[in-house]
Amino acid sequence: MSILINENTTFIIQGITGREAVNLTRECLDYGSKIVGGVTPGRKGREVHGVPVFDTIEQVIEHNGGQVPDGSVVTVPPAGTKDAVIEALAAGIKTIVIVTERIPRRDVAAMVEYADNVGARIIGPNCLGLIVPGVAKMGGIGGPAKNAAQAYQPGSVGVMSRSGGMTTEISSTLTAAGLGVSTAVSIGGDAIIGSTYAELMPYFEADEQTEAIVIYTEPGGRMEAQLSEWVKENNSRLPIIAFMAGKFMDDEEMQGMSFGHAGTIVEGKEDSATEKIARLEAAGIPVVQRIDEIPDLVKQKIAERSAA
Amino acid sequence: MRFFEYEAREIVKRAGIPVTDYGFTTDAAEAKTIAERIGGPTVIKSQVLTGGRMKAGGVKFADTPDEAAQHAADILKLEINGHWPRGVLVDPKAEVKQEYYAGVVWDGSAKKPLMLFSDMGGIDIEQVAEEHPDHVGRRHFSPLEPFNDYQAKQCIADAGVTGKALQRATPVLARLARLFLENDMLLAEINPLAELHDGSFVALDAHMEMENEGMPRQKALIKALGIGDDEGTREGHEPTPFEAAVKAIDSADHRGVIQGKDTGFHGNIGLVIGAGGGSLTLTDAVRQQGGKPANYSEIGGNPSVAKACGLAKEVLQKDGVEKIAVMMSIVSNTRVDIVARGVIKACLELGKDPGETIAIFRIPGAWEEEGFKILDKYGIEYCDRSVSLWDAAGRAVAKIQGEAA
Repeated sequence: MSILINENTTFIIQGITGREAVNLTRECLDYGSKIVGGVTPGRKGREVHGVPVFDTIEQVIEHNGGQVPDGSVVTVPPAGTKDAVIEALAAGIKTIVIVTERIPRRDVAAMVEYADNVGARIIGPNCLGLIVPGVAKMGGIGGPAKNAAQAYQPGSVGVMSRSGGMTTEISSTLTAAGLGVSTAVSIGGDAIIGSTYAELMPYFEADEQTEAIVIYTEPGGRMEAQLSEWVKENNSRLPIIAFMAGKFMDDEEMQGMSFGHAGTIVEGKEDSATEKIARLEAAGIPVVQRIDEIPDLVKQKIAERSAA
Repeated sequence: MRFFEYEAREIVKRAGIPVTDYGFTTDAAEAKTIAERIGGPTVIKSQVLTGGRMKAGGVKFADTPDEAAQHAADILKLEINGHWPRGVLVDPKAEVKQEYYAGVVWDGSAKKPLMLFSDMGGIDIEQVAEEHPDHVGRRHFSPLEPFNDYQAKQCIADAGVTGKALQRATPVLARLARLFLENDMLLAEINPLAELHDGSFVALDAHMEMENEGMPRQKALIKALGIGDDEGTREGHEPTPFEAAVKAIDSADHRGVIQGKDTGFHGNIGLVIGAGGGSLTLTDAVRQQGGKPANYSEIGGNPSVAKACGLAKEVLQKDGVEKIAVMMSIVSNTRVDIVARGVIKACLELGKDPGETIAIFRIPGAWEEEGFKILDKYGIEYCDRSVSLWDAAGRAVAKIQGEAA
């Protein structure tokens, strides 16, 4: 099985005629994903790699005989993202991947609240989407189908990462070690995102294929504290292993600077790398120093759980 | 983008929140004119983008216009924490009955804005929250629904405030909450918010910070405040020549993104590294293995050969840098061959041997076969995904610093 998407999931691409969106459409189709339409206002009647383009989501639904797609990948520029996402949510689409970067926080928070109100889930913004190895991918994650196949093989580990690139690096390491990946989610690098680690944990918890979780994390924000709380309160069956990047940002000379992603700005001592590592470890989540240590530790933790 | 106090007060005023009849100037003689107009004791406040100005002598009280002019002249010459003042604010010295705190910030965990109110104003709100939690009201509000005044009233009541003060403070906090959202702020704070003896409320100081991502749609406000495009986002530090040069190369064409930072980096390992998370991981891996990076950088979004070349050249031209390490986490959008061409071109244009200058090239992923072929041709040491980021960084440290030692 998998989380959030499966072999039957249908989705659309909003902003499908943009340069990056055209590549993404090709990659997802090649990987086996079911893209049932695209939207770019004013471009109705075109096709992108055989996918029909419409002006509105309403037209896509009409074209598909009234069937509402399961998901949408949103690639429209920041000024138009909020409207595009609310259009999708209002149409009844329940899983939205927002690829767009540099969306003002007010808009992100408004989209997330709207999604909560209608029982939908947003992944991102500023993310590469998610992939179920060998089944489907929704977003640019892993790149062209050939590259995605090389880095992502089906397996037992769920991956969640604030960095899109590191989702692939970690998954490739798990694949090379023979563990493979159940579902990998690039959750996004911004200060406010639709789905945090703790919010996705119940999905992995319910997925029989998943036996362990690996997270990639960074300084900034309180998402790791939230995960630590969740783990303590829910007696999860899943061992979690974390990798923390950006420890150098704790140096005095780096105070107040942001590196990598917008969300890495450290606003209080609680969101520094040192503090987060302590918090995760106190919740029983080991934090490794190197990516290449992950597979052995995952194997060890899975063995410990099955022996217990 | 951070705002000076005189700008923050203007933002507050535009939102309909009462402020004192202050004046801003860059000139001591004009400070005297403003003080004469105010006609009473004044406060002269340095306008700097840093905290701790009171302690540093950047805030002084004057009884006469001549004294105001003298203080203004002193403060205009006073550097505070490495910042020169933009000017001074001449403010009437208010007769305050009670000081309050009103503020709005983002709560990333709740994914909503959070308003705070306290009847213990004038001091650090975090300290008040820790020592007197019953004196602080905290309420989230919706970024989607219109803001209603009763929400502000609830927050103020939570802080234990009632009577006329509650009624007078409610529209102030409500307007602050609305301006926070409408102006794409990260922080909007009035501290102290003063209750005068006649019962009216007035903002005595304000602190505002706008989200950089919101700036494109806040152009009208930024322009109205007289802030020019040349001020950028008012980063905490002045860009170094390296940072400015990399930024200029990045702006030259729209394909891909490169970034470079060297504030706080003093080593000799030139890093041409990439993707957001990969750069953080690699910088840690170099340092944890005893390496001293000369810089931080990011390559992403499939840049052109010219961009990759430009970044590598800037790194190679830094003092003390003889060699570079070119490393990224597995790429799926950025092309390995394009980065390879770019960094080789940089070496050649600087008259350096690519095989000697590039200590290690570890970028696996899209177009890697093509990339590795080019690297072979120039005798550059490279590796694929079977060599971890940690081990690649370790090789760079051994090769660059091992030789230097």
